[in-house]
Amino acid sequence: MENRQNSTPAEKVVEIRDLHKSFGAYHVLRGVDLDLYRGENLVVLGKSGTGKSVLIKIIVGLLTADRGSVKVLGSEVDQISYKELLALRLKVGFSFQNSALYDSMTVRQNLEFPLVRNRRKLTRGEVAMQVERVLDAVGLLQTLDQMPSELSGGQRKRIGIARTLILQPEIMLYDEPTAGLDPITCLEINGLINEVQERFHTSSIVITHDLTCAKAVGDRVAMLLDGTFQRQGTFEEVFNTNDERVKTFYDYNFIQ
Amino acid sequence: MAEDKEKKPGRISRMFMVLYDVWQFIGRFFKEGFLPPYEGKELMRQCYDIGYRSLLLISLTGFITGVVFTKQSRPSLAEFGATSWLPSLVGIALLRTLAPLLTALIAAGKVGSSIGAELGSMRVTEQIDAMEVSATNPFKFLVSTRVLAATITIPILTFYTAMVGMLGALLNVYTNEETSWRAFFSSALESISFLDVTASTIKAVLFGFTIGMVGCYQGYNSSKGTEGVGKAANAAVVTGMFLVFVEEVITVQFFGLFRN
Repeated sequence: MENRQNSTPAEKVVEIRDLHKSFGAYHVLRGVDLDLYRGENLVVLGKSGTGKSVLIKIIVGLLTADRGSVKVLGSEVDQISYKELLALRLKVGFSFQNSALYDSMTVRQNLEFPLVRNRRKLTRGEVAMQVERVLDAVGLLQTLDQMPSELSGGQRKRIGIARTLILQPEIMLYDEPTAGLDPITCLEINGLINEVQERFHTSSIVITHDLTCAKAVGDRVAMLLDGTFQRQGTFEEVFNTNDERVKTFYDYNFIQ
Repeated sequence: MAEDKEKKPGRISRMFMVLYDVWQFIGRFFKEGFLPPYEGKELMRQCYDIGYRSLLLISLTGFITGVVFTKQSRPSLAEFGATSWLPSLVGIALLRTLAPLLTALIAAGKVGSSIGAELGSMRVTEQIDAMEVSATNPFKFLVSTRVLAATITIPILTFYTAMVGMLGALLNVYTNEETSWRAFFSSALESISFLDVTASTIKAVLFGFTIGMVGCYQGYNSSKGTEGVGKAANAAVVTGMFLVFVEEVITVQFFGLFRN
């Protein structure tokens, strides 16, 4: 799919400055600076273990940074109260690598779970309508009463995305959306990410090491190397380099 | 910065860190467990689940205990010609110690391990994280409901065990002494005091809370993939059983102060 570079959007919805994070002796993030602008899809590329998932977990407050600042929709994530963090999380959807569907609940219950707990005034009919709306958006209306164990990997990913969409977030964080999927399903997921951006007007950070995905969904690409973002720009700008680390990464993905 | 974090705490420091962590976990339960919004539906589901999951095993164990305890006690009482005391002996033994302890041990095995494994598996598959990022409180939904359910259900199961145990004892007494069931229960209930019932209830509540809390703590804080899930389930059973015995010793001493 063609790269969809839009006119430069101005409003920053995520602003990260000098972010550091270590696990024991392993210094994963070493002064990361990153901005996400309203309405764009930003792809974060990098090898496994470079801290891509750590980065988005810090954005949503699941992990705390050792140093630095993370501002999401104007709020400093590590300086707000728990109540404010919950309010912020309503505006940030997080799609997990393994989907993280609640395996003791049906698809319907999975989708209802965040909705009934955060929008307590909704009637049963309204809840059902919202559930069907997001399921329809991901094209899986027929799975409403199925258990997660009965779904394929691609379907689980879609339901995971639907569960985050039900709260109508402004920002979507995708953690390895195409990992472990066959090429056809990968294309479908890439299409879905673009559709979500257009239909729900979200700004997204897509964590991946899949260059096909990066090229298909990324308005902008940022490459995490040695704990910092050393290359940012369009897909072509990032990979038009003599840097061996970037070239190796490119070659291994077999992109022509 | 990384070098600072490399320093690993010693064994004693680690022990105090775990104790502090447990203290905070219990504190969080009391702080959040009784405040709205309530997870009534999930609480009912857990109560049913815990009761249903243990019922068959508890029925069998309680009945067998009643039969065996009566059979083993008879020769000693017969030496003094006091077999008529069997119903009261069995009644007191069952209510004061056997029923609470048996129920708690079975629950620690069945319920504790199940809670530990379930929450552990939810932790390692990021389901708990998924609840957190969707602005819900996983602690309230997963921990508070399970601890409360165990605290409510295990006392009920305890009295059920005592009843089933008495039926086992009745079967044995009836076949040996030809005592009527009316005489058996009248003799057994006469010897049971209000203090026995109160002590047994308090003990069972304490055991239920402990089993629920230990299972939830181990599962909620598990890590390291599937190995962590296994460890959480195992630790839930072992720690739960150990704490039940410790509490049994303490409560027996405590309630002993109120007996003549």
